[in-house]
Amino acid sequence: MAGTDSTTHDADGRGLPTAAVDIAWNVRNGVISAVDVIERHLGEIERREGEVHAFNLVLGDQARARAAEIDTGVAAGDDMGPLAGVPVALKDNMCTRGIPTTCSSKILDGWTPPYDATVVSRLHDAGAVVIGKTNLDEFAMGSSTENSAFGATRNPHDTSRVPGGSSGGSAAAVAAGFAPLSLGSDTGGSIRQPAALCGVVGVKPTYGAVSRLGLVAFASSLDQIGPFANDVADAALLLEAISGHDPGDSTSIAGGPLHVGNELDWGVTGLRVGRITDLPAGASADVVARLEESFDALRDAGAEIVDVEVPAFTYGLSAYYLIAPAEASSNLARYDGVRFGLRVEAPDTNAMYAATRTAGFGAEVKRRIMLGTYALSAGYYDAYYGRALKVRRRIAADFAAAYERADVLLTPASPTVAFHLGDKTSDPMSMYLCDTYTIPSNLTGDPGMSVPFGTGDDGLPVGIQVLAPALQEGVMFRTAAELERRAPR
Amino acid sequence: MSDRITPEAVAKVAKLARLSLNDGELATATHQLSDMLDHFADIDALDLDGVEPMTHPTPIANVMRDDVEQPCLDRDEVLAAAPVAEDGRFRVPPIIGLDS
Repeated sequence: MAGTDSTTHDADGRGLPTAAVDIAWNVRNGVISAVDVIERHLGEIERREGEVHAFNLVLGDQARARAAEIDTGVAAGDDMGPLAGVPVALKDNMCTRGIPTTCSSKILDGWTPPYDATVVSRLHDAGAVVIGKTNLDEFAMGSSTENSAFGATRNPHDTSRVPGGSSGGSAAAVAAGFAPLSLGSDTGGSIRQPAALCGVVGVKPTYGAVSRLGLVAFASSLDQIGPFANDVADAALLLEAISGHDPGDSTSIAGGPLHVGNELDWGVTGLRVGRITDLPAGASADVVARLEESFDALRDAGAEIVDVEVPAFTYGLSAYYLIAPAEASSNLARYDGVRFGLRVEAPDTNAMYAATRTAGFGAEVKRRIMLGTYALSAGYYDAYYGRALKVRRRIAADFAAAYERADVLLTPASPTVAFHLGDKTSDPMSMYLCDTYTIPSNLTGDPGMSVPFGTGDDGLPVGIQVLAPALQEGVMFRTAAELERRAPR
Repeated sequence: MSDRITPEAVAKVAKLARLSLNDGELATATHQLSDMLDHFADIDALDLDGVEPMTHPTPIANVMRDDVEQPCLDRDEVLAAAPVAEDGRFRVPPIIGLDS
């Protein structure tokens, strides 16, 4: 049907709408063809994927077939859904039936899931076209997407720099124009930090708002799936499509999908925006300057800026790096050469377990498994894991108190702009500090999102993080939309 | 470097986690884990008496459903994704009867 639609675009797809909202409206109404849309994005991948390496797997044939199916449905008069014909990239830790799901780990080599994650089913039902599986730090452990069995992903703004992580492939895919939307997972900042570094919008919804069924578990009390997009409206569209109760996930919150899209134009008049006066230090001067300007922008827009204290914020990093590895050491015990992927043969079962795990896991994953096993082991449990859980309660209480005085809070999403590949790989602690500002909302379960707000050193993107109380995504998106409208150009 | 964790403790943890470390990896892991535990020691000074541990963020207790039959995963599809399967089962090396 190429060339028969009513919009003007050339053979490479230039002239087609780029925003997911526009693509979906035009495909759904038969104005443009989903096949043309997918060809345009596959062309972008062809052109630049070699230098960016956002994907572990590009699903060209499947995406073309699915797009043709959408076009056929539209031609027959069917409503193909709110994401009709929109290409979506999936972080490669979300299960896709019959399609390899690697978590960027050697240990899942050769494994294909026997079922789809709930988010994948919901994308399908909404008319989306899955275009590929994106690279990540192995099992989502990392902040740079360098720690992958398939090699590093690079930042589309400057390919000598990292895209952030662990959902670096999904962030880079959107930033490079490979797909207008993607999904990531966020356990300690793994959506928001790469969104900031790649200059796109990234959302960590309230814990339980999006089903984790079929998301390969890292730290089950912290993991949450969320969207990447080029703008706030597109992120809202995707969040609405994937959220809502799932009986297959026992931590799923009751109730229907989140509704955030219709509030985007409401503005922030009278909104109380909190400035955390005891925010942990560590952000670079350029990032701090953009944060100050973001408060100014919202004040100009009619918001009231209020000072709040969150004294336990600073202990988030320690609590997180005891709790998350503890949960991971338990979750990753299942990779033992019996049910999934890799097996290294040995004369007896115990030796086979050790040989398989030693060969299959990378250095960072082994480090966290050991740290978590130690934090849970007899004699140390109370001192490490037990204390960390109490600190977690303290952090949640401090945020609850802050939210009595403020509707939303603003912080940097990342302490710095994108750093160079190799800068932090030899010192794990320096990498962990990337998560300083994002970790607390995983511990509390509250939502957070990063929205691009100007540039910092070397002209690289800066992301401002908007934090809100549980299930207050509406006010969070409203604030982000105002920041987007007032961002420095 | 601190000595918050000894090489012997790291070796024990690795064994519990079914990971093999050579001497160089053991030294590196000991150094890195000590460094991390040093950093995380900032919570040691907090008075946390009486604070209830928080294991997860949702105010959900038990989730119940009606006890009705539901479709489950296809056995052949699950076994096809395993490293070794035989006669409808996962096949593993010997567990008992070896001197080791």
